[in-house]
Amino acid sequence: MRIDCKHVWQHISAYIEGDVDAALRAEIDKHLETCEICSAVLDSTRNVVILMADDRVFELPAGFSQRLHERIDRELQFGGS
Amino acid sequence: MPANPELDAECIRRVIAGERHLFHDLIRPCERSIYLLLLSLLKNEAEAEDAAQETAIKVYLNLHLFRGEAQFRTWVLSIARNEALSRLRKQRIRREESLDAATDDQSGDYTPAILTSWREVPTEALEQKELGTLLRKAIEGLPEIYRNIVLLRDIEEMDIRETATALGISEGAVKVRLHRARAMLQRELAPQLKAFAPKSKGLLWRRA
Repeated sequence: MRIDCKHVWQHISAYIEGDVDAALRAEIDKHLETCEICSAVLDSTRNVVILMADDRVFELPAGFSQRLHERIDRELQFGGS
Repeated sequence: MPANPELDAECIRRVIAGERHLFHDLIRPCERSIYLLLLSLLKNEAEAEDAAQETAIKVYLNLHLFRGEAQFRTWVLSIARNEALSRLRKQRIRREESLDAATDDQSGDYTPAILTSWREVPTEALEQKELGTLLRKAIEGLPEIYRNIVLLRDIEEMDIRETATALGISEGAVKVRLHRARAMLQRELAPQLKAFAPKSKGLLWRRA
């Protein structure tokens, strides 16, 4: 089975997840060896995934945690058992 | 935040047994995920914060109902999701996309952005506000059913199963949406992120 670029793109996310079977993975790997474009698409997709996981991208509002725990304290003290 | 079911279970048992103050420690590792999920659903910071507080209180009051079938955080997030849905219903916010309807059947032929020179991960560029803003805008611009998935799976790094349980959808749907979302983000972001790629050598990540 020879796979083309479009086929590789369809499986990029699953490939990154490690969620493709061995045969498909081997086909994709083979394709990537010679296809500069798909390699770049894979790398940039993976980079986007890595960047998103960085805690600096989404930060909680200042004081969020403090206000949350104050609210919890009020419930713990005055709420039901 | 690595989940530790035994530690959670022990903590829950003690809170229920009367050591109420331990609830703070129990909820703390979940609060970021709670807020981000609510922000994604409610699209309003103040509302998301209020809903997060309400979620925490509901979690506390319903703690005895937690059966340990899912991870604690997953259970907490489904409570957060219900809180958001009930607020949206009350507000009668009409939106073009339904939260529950799966619209995965549209043909998803996404052509990725083609570029060959951006491969390094510019994590150090996150020190600059612009990169964070760029990423947030791209994520916020995703249709809701995709944004929620990205948020839980890629931002909060929950696994596929946890994400599916928290959102009340199948694992298959998570995978399909995750794929579409990542493809959309790659297309949107890759050309722009190129500007942030480090000029020097020292690749942080290259395909093995």
